[in-house]
Amino acid sequence: MDQFNLEIISPEKSFLTKSDTEEVIIPAIEGYMGILKDHIPLISFLKPGIIDVKSKNETLNFYVDDGIVEFKDNTLSILTSNIFDLKEIDINIINKIVKDAEEVLKKENIKDQDRYILDQKIEVLNSIRSN
Amino acid sequence: MPSLDDLRKRITSVKSTQKITKAMKMVAAAKLRKAQENAEKGRPYSEKMNNIILNLSAGVSDPQSAPKLLVGTGKEDIHLCVVLTSDRGLCGGFNSNIIKKAKNYFEKIQKEGKSLKIVTVGSKGYDQLKRQYGKSIIENISFKESKNINYFDAAKIGNLIIEKFQNEEFDFCTIFFNKFKNVISQIPQVQQIIPLENENKNNDEKLVSSYEFEPGEDEILNNLLPKNISTQIFKAMLENSASEQGSRMTAMDNATRNAGDLVDKLTIQYNRSRQAAITKELIEIISGAESL
Repeated sequence: MDQFNLEIISPEKSFLTKSDTEEVIIPAIEGYMGILKDHIPLISFLKPGIIDVKSKNETLNFYVDDGIVEFKDNTLSILTSNIFDLKEIDINIINKIVKDAEEVLKKENIKDQDRYILDQKIEVLNSIRSN
Repeated sequence: MPSLDDLRKRITSVKSTQKITKAMKMVAAAKLRKAQENAEKGRPYSEKMNNIILNLSAGVSDPQSAPKLLVGTGKEDIHLCVVLTSDRGLCGGFNSNIIKKAKNYFEKIQKEGKSLKIVTVGSKGYDQLKRQYGKSIIENISFKESKNINYFDAAKIGNLIIEKFQNEEFDFCTIFFNKFKNVISQIPQVQQIIPLENENKNNDEKLVSSYEFEPGEDEILNNLLPKNISTQIFKAMLENSASEQGSRMTAMDNATRNAGDLVDKLTIQYNRSRQAAITKELIEIISGAESL
């Protein structure tokens, strides 16, 4: 399969760069989106979810809280402030994020959009936890 | 004329101060390397973010409907200034340079009859500003507890600013920090973050206008701009920490050298008075012997 470049950048450092990616599935705000080579230029942002990075030899999975995605010239750039490798993620961290999210949900004056995102977050994290 | 004993004590005390400044210089040098590394690692994120915003804002045709974070509220009455300083002293002119720059700006604003609100980050800036501008300071944030600069701290400040902006507490937002040029020179900077000032307006880089946006452009901009504020603040904090260490290193290097000069001077003085005392004693003995 055709390959393209992927870079995941967090504010502190460049988190991951790969040049042999074949397919990336991202949790875009309006639903999961698969990206292959020669996708048209795209800008979107993410909701809490799992990023699947598929290359020839391996598949990587990351959890992200939010982020911005840009695809241009066969390079997919993902900017995110909160990202964890699913293989290394600590159950305590998951518990903490879920707890924080639930705390915020209890407040009454939150916007529908925030509520939706927080619900998503808890759902995704719970499914990670049960695996 | 100080006694021999006094001089000896002074020399010892200057020498031990020299040891401290020397150690501080070395610590600052080690920290500087790390801070510089961090600043470099953080660069791709803010560059990419800037690029995307540039592409997006190029597509905004109607300033009426554009997000307020991008184009401003249309008024110019209230200015919010975020002054980023360090939590520790002994770093030469690092803090005073920022404060001087900020005070100039404050005066200009007050002369124009606009009102001023100040957020200080770092305790040194608060200490220096509270006497003159105590009434204008609405928030004082300090990250003494966090060892390294991290994005969450920056996001905290960013969210605070955005919240205040949404409550229409100010129209303009500017940040003050030191830009790291090299170890000897750090340049105090003023950067306007709301409304967004495009640094690379003259940049001829080809803009890809055929992006597909999902969801719409407006919604992405609305989501992106608040993040950009935090990113800009994070960038400023990284630059600031590298500058702080660089400034401290230079200051401590100077202090060590000055202490060395002082020790030399005192030693000469000590030797001279010691010799004078010996000569005096000799004269006394000789003249005593002669009179017999």
